[in-house]
Amino acid sequence: MGNEATLLAVEGVTKAYPGVVANDKVSFSVAPGEVHALLGENGAGKSTLVKMIYGLVRPDSGRMVWKGAPYEPATPHAARSTGVAMVFQHFSLFEALNVAENVALGMENPPPMRQLSVRIREVSETYGLPLDPDRLVGELSAGERQRVEIIRCLLQDPKLLIMDEPTSVLTPQEVDILFETLRKLSAEGTAILYISHKLEEIRSLCNSATILRLGKVVGTTNPRESSARELAEMMVGQTLHTPNRESADLGEIVVELTNLSIKSANPFGTSLKGVTLSVRQGEVLGIGGVAGNGQDELLAALSGEALSTPSAIKFKGKSIGNLGPNARRGLGLLAAPEERLGHAAAPDMSLTENAALTGTIRRNLASKGFLRWGAVEDFAKEIIANFDVRTPGPDNAARSLSGGNLQKFVIGREVLQDPDVLVVNQPTWGVDASAAASIRQALLDMAAKGAAVICISQDLDELMEISDRFAALNEGRLTPPRPAKGLTVDEIGLMMGGAHDMEVAHVDA
Amino acid sequence: MLTLERRPSPSRMWTMLTPPLAVVLTMVAGAVLFAFLGKNPVEAIRTIFWDPVFGEFAFYYRGQLLVKAAPLILIAIGLSLGFRAGIWNIGAEGQYIVGAICGAAVGLAFYPTENSLVFPLMILAGAIGGWAWAMIPAALKVLFGTNEILVSLMLVYVAEAMLASASSGLLRNPDGMGFPGSRNFKDFPAAHNDYLIESAGIHWGVVAALIAVIFAYILLSRHLLGFQIRVTGQSPRAARFAGVNPSRLILFCLGTSGALAGLAGLFEVTGPAGQISIDFNSGYGFTAIIVAFLGRLHPIGILLAGLLMALTYIGGEAAQSTLGLPASAVQVLQGMLLFFLLAVDVLTNFRIRLGKTEAA
Repeated sequence: MGNEATLLAVEGVTKAYPGVVANDKVSFSVAPGEVHALLGENGAGKSTLVKMIYGLVRPDSGRMVWKGAPYEPATPHAARSTGVAMVFQHFSLFEALNVAENVALGMENPPPMRQLSVRIREVSETYGLPLDPDRLVGELSAGERQRVEIIRCLLQDPKLLIMDEPTSVLTPQEVDILFETLRKLSAEGTAILYISHKLEEIRSLCNSATILRLGKVVGTTNPRESSARELAEMMVGQTLHTPNRESADLGEIVVELTNLSIKSANPFGTSLKGVTLSVRQGEVLGIGGVAGNGQDELLAALSGEALSTPSAIKFKGKSIGNLGPNARRGLGLLAAPEERLGHAAAPDMSLTENAALTGTIRRNLASKGFLRWGAVEDFAKEIIANFDVRTPGPDNAARSLSGGNLQKFVIGREVLQDPDVLVVNQPTWGVDASAAASIRQALLDMAAKGAAVICISQDLDELMEISDRFAALNEGRLTPPRPAKGLTVDEIGLMMGGAHDMEVAHVDA
Repeated sequence: MLTLERRPSPSRMWTMLTPPLAVVLTMVAGAVLFAFLGKNPVEAIRTIFWDPVFGEFAFYYRGQLLVKAAPLILIAIGLSLGFRAGIWNIGAEGQYIVGAICGAAVGLAFYPTENSLVFPLMILAGAIGGWAWAMIPAALKVLFGTNEILVSLMLVYVAEAMLASASSGLLRNPDGMGFPGSRNFKDFPAAHNDYLIESAGIHWGVVAALIAVIFAYILLSRHLLGFQIRVTGQSPRAARFAGVNPSRLILFCLGTSGALAGLAGLFEVTGPAGQISIDFNSGYGFTAIIVAFLGRLHPIGILLAGLLMALTYIGGEAAQSTLGLPASAVQVLQGMLLFFLLAVDVLTNFRIRLGKTEAA
């Protein structure tokens, strides 16, 4: 391209970190009003690229051009004053302050509070992002918090808005609201750089896409003219392996939760309120919901990290609510938490030691209280071999593995213990597409052999792909599970509590 | 410019190399310090680090080495278990004192019975005394979530007051013409922790320290409980997920370190110190904290660190008497040892590179 209508051109930018080239001679350009997607698997170099544009990281070589002039932001401050704004995946907001105060904290020269509140109302109405400047951020939903971040950016009147995986925390209805806003901004001439690996979103929103793989640009395309499958194959560099579900006959009920209520151990957590569900042998129960609605607490209640009244949780008819994690492992109820480093695995310990973390009981890795390290190492090697964990060997520390590889190890560790029930939380979070496919396949294989799987996830596509039945968590309450086949996006959105947000959206605007 | 770069895994080589490097750096910095004090730096360093082991009077000093090192090692081994699990017993000095008082009291109650069961009974009493003193912070932490650092430290001062009271009251030598201090255990063979091999300075406390090193080594490397201790220290949430009961671990770690500190106190008071007196404790409970970290909380490391620390004590005393070095200069030297160890620790987790700094 390189015509005078270009807002930002990135030309041959390279950035290397020890052992990995994050960006290798990357070039692309964005025109005013263009919605440009940066597409790629985790680790493809998307984040590094936008961090360079936002002045957080400096390129080793190559150059960037802003409206025809060299652009070398040394700090985010410099980037902002040029007209670049960024909404991060993880919010940086203070829960104890209200919306206006949070916005003021992120501004270079905040106007007086009253004036700022008026400005916030104006901007939020103009762009259809309903937000009350006087509400405490601690009371807002994830979608509303994101609006605070977006409005903070919009008040700076940016020419280029960078959005890093903005929809990962939103319900389908909130996604629609966000997309309306982004289209409006684009129509007014603001360029948008949109990072995602959700292909359908990109196809509906963006008018051009740069696809990255292993730090290199592997393609530039108009996503509206390519199918999701084509895009995915460019991203992954191989033909996608779609899991196919062998329908198994459902057997006996193995796990039954009856009116389970547990107060969250974390003061900012969500307490479980009257959760009722049952899972049969051979069944995959998918549990959706926006992050922070009780997912961690439900996993802890099932794994035995949080105890309840004995009869609230039954395993094959036996009351187990008061049993700890190891007693439940002995029975055949296993779990894999969401947070890999520090919860599912100890970061500085070797893979062998991490294999002993949950495997000693069912794999008989200890005798008379003494660990049989030889057997533990064999178990670790078995996980590495069967689940294609890329690591030099079982002596390596857990934190030296990439997220996807460690996730394969964590899931493999539980699957190879041959559980009757496996509970997983976000099994493919931050995992690249091919690893995610193999993890899902492993879960489906287990179910096909007669195990029950409870899969808690925020990835709806994943849940629709593997679940027999679907339920959603909303503020610690679980909707009654419904057969997954035939559920529409709108129905799922309503189950996840999207209706509530829609109401707010219309009343406040 | 120099930049630090995080290693993907901690370097095994540097884990082994940093302690000797810290010792060398301490010697260099110590030499500079002594030179400023107007002493011959080479001679001072030789007096402290070389002469006690290889010098003219080494035959005397070598025995002293084990005598000083044994209580440090015994206490540090106990502390290291808790430190590994993130349970911070800072009050070993108090548990050491209470163990000594309890053990000595049991022995003195039998005076002058000559029975071979007296000493084993005293050992038991010493361990129980230290254990009970450590159970106070442990129970408060488990029941009410109090901070064990503060509670265990405060109890040191309570224990010191109890020691003063015991030596001038309850346990005072009835034949001591009113002077504070208990009977001397040298005059009570059944209760005396005598040298087993005098020239080497080996008494029952040295034997106990070696046994503790071996047990701790096996516990940490082979046993499930040791594994749980290590997981808890590295990642408490992963430990809970692995089924560790935090309360039981607190009781075990504080209890064990208390019992070992109590044992150390008992062996000291019935052996090298000889009697309960207001100041028989020489700060071993605090110095053991340095020993535990100097030894990287590893049993073998603690064994070596205990010997090294004992060396600086003995060499330091020799340097005070022969070269007139001030006592505080020797303490500064000991402090520098820990300081340099923590400083060079950076090399275990980071590597140093020459190059441009990265914009944050």
